[in-house]
Amino acid sequence: MSWKVPPHLKYTKNDEWINPEDGTVGITDYAQAQLSDVVYVEITVSEGEEVQKGDIVATVESVKAAADVYAPVSGTVVATNDELADTPEVVNSDPYGDAWMVRLEIADPAELDELMDAEAYAKYCEEREH
Amino acid sequence: MSEIKIREPLLVELSSPGRRAVRFPAADVPLADLPAGLVRDDLPLPEVSEVDVVRHYTRLSQFNHGVDINFYPLGSCTMKYNPKINEDMARLPGFTQVHPLQPEETVQGALALMYYLQEYLKEITGMAGVSLQPAAGAHGELTGVLIMRAYHRSRGDTKRNKILVPDSAHGTNPASSAMSGMRVVEIPSDARGNIDLEKLKAECDDTLVGLMITNPNTLGLFEEHIEEVVQAVHDAGGLVYGDGANLNALLGIARFGDMGFDVVHLNLHKTFSTPHGGGGPGSGPVAVAEHLVDFLPSPIVAVVDEDEEDGLPTFGLVTPKRSIGRVKAFYGHFGVMVRALTYILILGADGLRQVAEDAVLNANYLRVLLQDTYHIPYNRLCKHEFVAEGRWEDAPGVRALDISKRLMDFGFHPPTNYFPLIVPEALMIEPTETESKDTLDAFAAAMKQIAREAHENPEVLHEAPHTTPFGRVDEVKAARELVLTWFDWAKK
Amino acid sequence: MYTPNTPEERRAMLEVIGVQRMEDLFSDVPAKYRYPQMNLPPAMTEMEAAEEMQSLADANLTVRDFASFLGAGAYHHYVPAVVDHILRRGEFYTAYTPYQPEVSQGTLHAIFEFQSLVCALTGMEVSNASMYDGATAVAEAVNMAYHVFRGKRPKAVLSSALHPQALATVHTYYDASDREIVVPHEGDPTADPMSLLDAVDDRTSLVMVQYPDFFGRVYDFTELAEAVHAKGALFGIAVNPLALGLLKAPGDMGADIVTAEGQPLGIPLSFGGPYLGIFATRKKYVRKMAGRIVGETVDTRGQRAYVLTLTAREQHIRRARATSNICTNNALMALAATVYLGLLGKEGLRKVAELNYHKAHYAAQRLAGLEGYELAFPEAPFFNEFTLKTPLPVAEINRRLLDYGIFGGYDLSQDFPSLDRHMLVAVTEMNTKDEIDLLAAALDEIAREAAA
Repeated sequence: MSWKVPPHLKYTKNDEWINPEDGTVGITDYAQAQLSDVVYVEITVSEGEEVQKGDIVATVESVKAAADVYAPVSGTVVATNDELADTPEVVNSDPYGDAWMVRLEIADPAELDELMDAEAYAKYCEEREH
Repeated sequence: MSEIKIREPLLVELSSPGRRAVRFPAADVPLADLPAGLVRDDLPLPEVSEVDVVRHYTRLSQFNHGVDINFYPLGSCTMKYNPKINEDMARLPGFTQVHPLQPEETVQGALALMYYLQEYLKEITGMAGVSLQPAAGAHGELTGVLIMRAYHRSRGDTKRNKILVPDSAHGTNPASSAMSGMRVVEIPSDARGNIDLEKLKAECDDTLVGLMITNPNTLGLFEEHIEEVVQAVHDAGGLVYGDGANLNALLGIARFGDMGFDVVHLNLHKTFSTPHGGGGPGSGPVAVAEHLVDFLPSPIVAVVDEDEEDGLPTFGLVTPKRSIGRVKAFYGHFGVMVRALTYILILGADGLRQVAEDAVLNANYLRVLLQDTYHIPYNRLCKHEFVAEGRWEDAPGVRALDISKRLMDFGFHPPTNYFPLIVPEALMIEPTETESKDTLDAFAAAMKQIAREAHENPEVLHEAPHTTPFGRVDEVKAARELVLTWFDWAKK
Repeated sequence: MYTPNTPEERRAMLEVIGVQRMEDLFSDVPAKYRYPQMNLPPAMTEMEAAEEMQSLADANLTVRDFASFLGAGAYHHYVPAVVDHILRRGEFYTAYTPYQPEVSQGTLHAIFEFQSLVCALTGMEVSNASMYDGATAVAEAVNMAYHVFRGKRPKAVLSSALHPQALATVHTYYDASDREIVVPHEGDPTADPMSLLDAVDDRTSLVMVQYPDFFGRVYDFTELAEAVHAKGALFGIAVNPLALGLLKAPGDMGADIVTAEGQPLGIPLSFGGPYLGIFATRKKYVRKMAGRIVGETVDTRGQRAYVLTLTAREQHIRRARATSNICTNNALMALAATVYLGLLGKEGLRKVAELNYHKAHYAAQRLAGLEGYELAFPEAPFFNEFTLKTPLPVAEINRRLLDYGIFGGYDLSQDFPSLDRHMLVAVTEMNTKDEIDLLAAALDEIAREAAA
């Protein structure tokens, strides 16, 4: 079993990804595979809002599960992907592209070092599949 | 795009302007003016004839599976036979035509019924007090958690806000706790399927409200360290809450009160044969130990006067001294209580014990019949249910879901799927005591054939069911394109 | 006795399992707990149990024996014969929750109809598959509003004219939580509904009222709804669904949440239960609504079919994060209401609502005309219930009324000490003019006797 794990992103134990360059956040290919068909995405923060690392920024719902999406680092929300509400299936088809959920202005870049890189995350996914 | 076939229309599709089923007498009083500005001008209800209503719902009923049709081994639901005498008793006009707010002296029969049911449930559970008010199991749980919290607060113990729940617990356990503002901590199960005693002890501190535990647990196993579990919680000043959903395994065999439990809820619609109704109404009475009796929801039924010339006690509604208050309107699901009391009267203590014995016998028999064909993770003496895995390494792609759908072609309702969460592709099988050996043999034969098909011809499973009136439904479409009323439909 | 196995079969099964005796099946239960003594009556045959239950039933007076003017949340209405015939079908009542849609389209289809009928009646966009009763539905409304604002608005402002038992239930659920439950003018029914606004601020998630209210009064809440919305809160209305056969729909007044006690719709009085909780809201809040929901879809054979949907909100998936713990609903009672509404239809529900209205107004006019009696709220429109001021304590009057074969109205002093000598009188299509005239004559006589 292998999942897409783009090398330029950072990852959390809760299966979120963050792009260190522009602060976009979403959930990973592994996450969407676990959820299966996504039926709904609710972004629960708004532009201008300050979030702490670990605050809930979105909820993703599939037929059999619902998962909260947490901010991988602290920062200010500068954009939210409002189109996801109408096209939730994009989370399954393009988790790292069109299914970005929020964009953060990262408060403290040092927090990024606490996250996993692509290699570590890929390994973490393997471990869980047993 | 192909036409969507309509097997049975909706009421609105059977409607034709001017059709009426029920008529009422003309007003025998002078007509008053209608209130200005408050009368609706449009009432978009269907107009259908009586014959159409009867045929429509009769045809719909024929799309359902019920206990009255065939085996229904849903683990944790206790789908036992619903005795018909219960239905007749619940419909006696002396019960159905009684208003809950009538003067107490005019409802002594109803109050007596509730009183006896309270007393018998106390006997059956070994507890000191019972409230019949909660409407369902989950409602009973919420009530129980509120009682535990009230107890601690009454002793000035306001630090306590943590509830422990095993990872095998039914979802209502953590949900009920969270709803009461408690912090929920899940305790994992050990290798034998018991709650992990060491991990439990580690959480037993002075913030502990209590532990919610089901015994036997959702794996169908009697907790091997139940005495130590109860001790650990009590030593930390916490209370033990018993989820009584699985009482069918222990009727007349062991009592929660004797095992040291402080609060339990019962499911009359599981253990006590009242029907499931397609999703209710149930009834979830709560039973408590002596030190919690004062906190029961209000009102309960008590004897308010013994001193009658005819020697009969007078019953009345009373408020327990430190009651948590009401958890719903009126007194609980009285109609369900009538059924449960009828059942207890017919069975008696010996009959109730027979229930547990045959329930456990049937479950173990089925377990042994299937153990070589299905992997049963905790394969030892079980109680009234057991959990098997619905998958095989050498039959990739076949899952519990496929097995369940194929069972329908054999006329059986599938077992509970995907619960408890700690067993992958779980099939939780609870036969109950009202099934015969013949039925169990037929079910085992079907399960074995399905296992063969899984290896030899998995397509049959993936496309099952084949012989039911409806096939698998598109759940993703239902969730993505929300059509929740026929008004949405008309808009599409 | 309902266990089919013979001793022979049990022996064969024990052998297959590999144990000697039934007792061996319980070797995992500690010996000290095993086989407790249960002090229960000895087992009875069906015949004997039926006798026993019949004598309990006979020890009650019923609303068939006596003319009843009791309401206060449970009403004596006519239940057409077809309703119980459908409810007695084993395919409906011995079925479980419809988690396997292929073998439960009967239940699912009927619930979809129920949801649709609730929306037709209330003017709302979505309904759930039912809840336990009207009181717990109000508690769930408080809960839902809290979650809509994600805990940022913890206060709920509730009308003191909501059913006291609904308020009591809300207090039990939430008094020791971080929700703030505010009931302005608690115990005082004379406060104008608009005065609720004084308690509404930016920490308020919900303002909830009742229609008709507990004292029978009917208000148009449109203006109040607007004012509540202007303050950013949700507006909820608890309704009598039978009244909606005649009265303006709460959805048309601007309600965001509508709850109801559905007992008037084809469900017998049955000493208080099981009844039917109704809950409806706007489509945009559907994911915050607790309870089961049925949606329409298709099956693999191209047939229109129904399925439980949005299940990821519920306790079996979200567990501690679910909005509510609710699992079982009251499906069979929802079926009763569905069949009832199907039988009555547009014309029938209007007709029965009108009968309630006219009979109650005749009664009000007759009783208010008696010396010593008057309407407590003569200006307020009402549906089938009104509050009557009495010359004597209501408890005393009701005791005397029993001698006339009448159950008098509800004694409001039980819930409202300031409403000493106030009776809540309910009149339905089941009360004949003769019964109403008898009530008037009896009340008159009772007052005169006391004065003498």
